[in-house]
Amino acid sequence: MPVAILKKRRLIPGQTSELTLDASHIARKARPGNFVILRVSEKGERIPLTIADTDPQAGTITIVYLVVGKSTAELETLEEGDSILDVCGPLGKPTHIESCGTVVCVGGGTGIAAMHHIAKGHKAAGNRVITVIGSRCEDLLLFKEELSMFADEVVVTTNDGSCGMQGFVTDGLRMVLDREPSVGEVVAIGPVPMMEAVANLTRPYNVKTTVSLNSIMIDGIGMCGACRVVVGGEVKFACVDGPEFDGHQVDFARMRQRLSAFKPQEELSWAEFRRLRGQEA
Amino acid sequence: MDKKPRKLAPRTPMPEQPAKERVKNFSEVTTGYTLDMAVAEAARCLQCKKPVCQIGCPVEVPIKAFIGHLQKGDVTAAYKAIRETNSLPAVCGRVCPQEVQCEGACVLAKKGEPVCIGRLERFTADEYAARSACEQLTGDKACPMIREELKVACIGGGPASLTVAGYLSTLGIKVHVYEALHEPGGVLVYGIPEFRLPKAIVKREVQAMTENGVEFHLNWVGGRTITVQDLFDEGCQAVFIGVGAGLPRFLKVPGEDMTGVFSANEYLSRANLGRAYAFPEYDTPPFLGKQVVVVGGGNVAMDAARTAMRMGADKVSLVYRRTKNEMPCRLEELEHALDEGLHLEILTNPVRFAGDENGRVTGVTLERMKLGDPDEAGRCTPNCTGEYFDIPCDLAVIAVGTGPNPLLLEATPGLERNRRGYIEVNEDTGETSMANVFAGGDIVTGAATVILAMGAGRRAAKEIARRLLGDDAPQDVPPLHGGVPAAQD
Ligand SMILES: Cc1cc2nc3c(=O)[nH]c(=O)nc-3n(C[C@H](O)[C@H](O)[C@H](O)COP(=O)(O)OP(=O)(O)OC[C@H]3O[C@@H](n4cnc5c(N)ncnc54)[C@H](O)[C@@H]3O)c2cc1C
Ligand SMILES: Cc1cc2nc3c(=O)[nH]c(=O)nc-3n(C[C@H](O)[C@H](O)[C@H](O)COP(=O)(O)OP(=O)(O)OC[C@H]3O[C@@H](n4cnc5c(N)ncnc54)[C@H](O)[C@@H]3O)c2cc1C
Ligand code: FES
Repeated sequence: MPVAILKKRRLIPGQTSELTLDASHIARKARPGNFVILRVSEKGERIPLTIADTDPQAGTITIVYLVVGKSTAELETLEEGDSILDVCGPLGKPTHIESCGTVVCVGGGTGIAAMHHIAKGHKAAGNRVITVIGSRCEDLLLFKEELSMFADEVVVTTNDGSCGMQGFVTDGLRMVLDREPSVGEVVAIGPVPMMEAVANLTRPYNVKTTVSLNSIMIDGIGMCGACRVVVGGEVKFACVDGPEFDGHQVDFARMRQRLSAFKPQEELSWAEFRRLRGQEA
Repeated sequence: MDKKPRKLAPRTPMPEQPAKERVKNFSEVTTGYTLDMAVAEAARCLQCKKPVCQIGCPVEVPIKAFIGHLQKGDVTAAYKAIRETNSLPAVCGRVCPQEVQCEGACVLAKKGEPVCIGRLERFTADEYAARSACEQLTGDKACPMIREELKVACIGGGPASLTVAGYLSTLGIKVHVYEALHEPGGVLVYGIPEFRLPKAIVKREVQAMTENGVEFHLNWVGGRTITVQDLFDEGCQAVFIGVGAGLPRFLKVPGEDMTGVFSANEYLSRANLGRAYAFPEYDTPPFLGKQVVVVGGGNVAMDAARTAMRMGADKVSLVYRRTKNEMPCRLEELEHALDEGLHLEILTNPVRFAGDENGRVTGVTLERMKLGDPDEAGRCTPNCTGEYFDIPCDLAVIAVGTGPNPLLLEATPGLERNRRGYIEVNEDTGETSMANVFAGGDIVTGAATVILAMGAGRRAAKEIARRLLGDDAPQDVPPLHGGVPAAQD
């Protein structure tokens, strides 16, 4: 059953947008850490996107995506009032949120949006929430204001130094860890290399580190095994056992290899899409 | 009177696409009888006083009656007879293992030439649909008004649930089907390939149910989007669980997580649910392999192997730890696959996969097996020999069976499960340990067959109808327990 787009915010024009969807049946069940799988059109692929926020009263959920290929590009063509053909969720295990004092939530790029819902959950559970967010430059920084509304501290890093600290999120995180004696947990969401770098950084600090794995998925309910990841030497299904796992146990090298399984086809698909759009315009 | 037996005509062969042609396309392999062929085949039926063929059918298709009508060329009457007990005749005619059910029991089977019951069932359903798309929707029965206050929910949209929905809706009960995927049909849609069961056929059957008042809620995950308790809170009087046995089993050997090693569920879901064979028209990408290894010997393995052939593989090898005789697939599938060029590596078992520096699979090491003594079920156990050899492959598909998906079960703590993790039900009613919660199909038996799932759906539906309608429920004989679950590995 198609799901209507109530609101579209172009966070980074042409690259990243936020959609508010009319999906009360998902909103009433969604918890931080959950995601949806959607299909834009009849011939489209099923793609997973994190639920970045919910409003159970209004019956809405929010998703934020980065245009990286055909499906996200096609999603970007939709406007307010249009509908997404299929939206399935909430999927995945919700974030395990317990009272643990200080939590540092790290987000990189579009991952900041996904991290936002989790940070909010930690805050609601009474934890002190420090967020560390980063992007290449200030223009690409997401959700800074939204996070400032509830987080106890927002540390900003940009690669070019146009906003906050110059450097990577790991630099911001290192500063926080060196300063804070009692961090109960670090949550990191973003590109795979970023999550890996965070896990490597926190290991010597011996602090629990949770990452959210964006493996390739099909059904999202544990029926296909496309989303297999190796955690602590064991094979897990990211869609039902995760998507959050202990970052210190994840085999990131395997994860990266599996993510590139369909690279040539993905490139072909996107090139074809751009070619057709180009002709239309 | 002349008691001399008539000379038995041979089985009317099924027209099919030539093997050389069909390995290049995804169109249906068998093209179906014409009316003349069907009448000729029906004429071979002896119309036995005691139709033993009917005893093994889990949904009690009145085989003698429908073939009797076909003998007179009356397709409509034949269709109505089948439709009385079977909500998915076009599907069953194509995918049932008839050789161990009706056709296996046919008295002519002793001569090796049973009546082609499956082909006739398929013909009847297809021919009727082609003639009268509209009548077909209701089986031409006066369809009772749906009474919205009688509400039943099915979780999962496979053949078990569809049978419940089909049966109850014709009695005026409102049925809501909640399916996690974006298309209803279960394995019929995501597992069984187009060339064996065209998706349009499943669509047609589902459409008929929709017209009959069944409501499909796609993309709803039982246990996540909605729980069993939610359904009762929303006024459902009964809930049927038909979520199948979708959890893929792996071999648990080194290298199995490499790129290029797939579960059959993923490989087939991409091709069928995602129509990856039509990439890039459809967005879901296929994984193309030239040297393909498929592990297993059931229908699932055959479907994966034949899909790989159609996607341009140079060589597809089926790795199976027993011999051809023990393979649990339908006979017809094995024959078709061999015609299409399937290479068999019988009496072998994978022990490890090898890969390159990018983590892509490049080969598999197999151990030679030898058959030992028969197990309880009468199948010979494969034993290790300690002899190994390697074969190269750039795509491997694991089709060694499935288990119960824990997702809904964990979200429904009151459900009792058996030793193997499947749902426990009352044998006569299909009711679970929770009152008014029923279950059937693969989630109760483990991976079995379409017709057994339908039989279980029919059994539960009858009980639900009895509880909701009381004396108004159709009175008939208790269901027969026919057929043995055929393992799919
Ligand atoms: C649990 C989860 C949550 C996610 N949340 C977000 C989010 O909130 N915002 C966001 O922008 N992205 C998110 N992603 C990633 C997003 O799903 C992919 O970017 C998207 O599928 C790309 O599709 P495409 O056709 O546009 O690009 P493609 O050209 O198909 O792929 C580009 C890259 O995306 C990945 N990818 C491709 N297909 C899939 C698939 N079916 N499932 C998962 N990854 C795939 C691959 O690594 C690929 O190299 C999430 C992924 C997962 C698993
Ligand atoms: C590739 C393949 C080939 C086969 N070939 C044959 C054949 O030729 N002949 C034959 O007789 N049998 C065959 N079988 C077996 C047969 O398909 C199954 O026994 C039968 O489909 C079982 O029906 P079911 O209704 O129990 O479950 P399924 O068909 O598995 O349907 C279950 C449905 O429930 C959905 N679901 C799962 N969890 C949830 C949830 N939590 N919430 C909502 N929905 C959910 C699934 O998405 C699925 O659509 C084959 C199986 C496979 C995999
Ligand atoms: S996406 Fe299919 S099992 Fe996880």
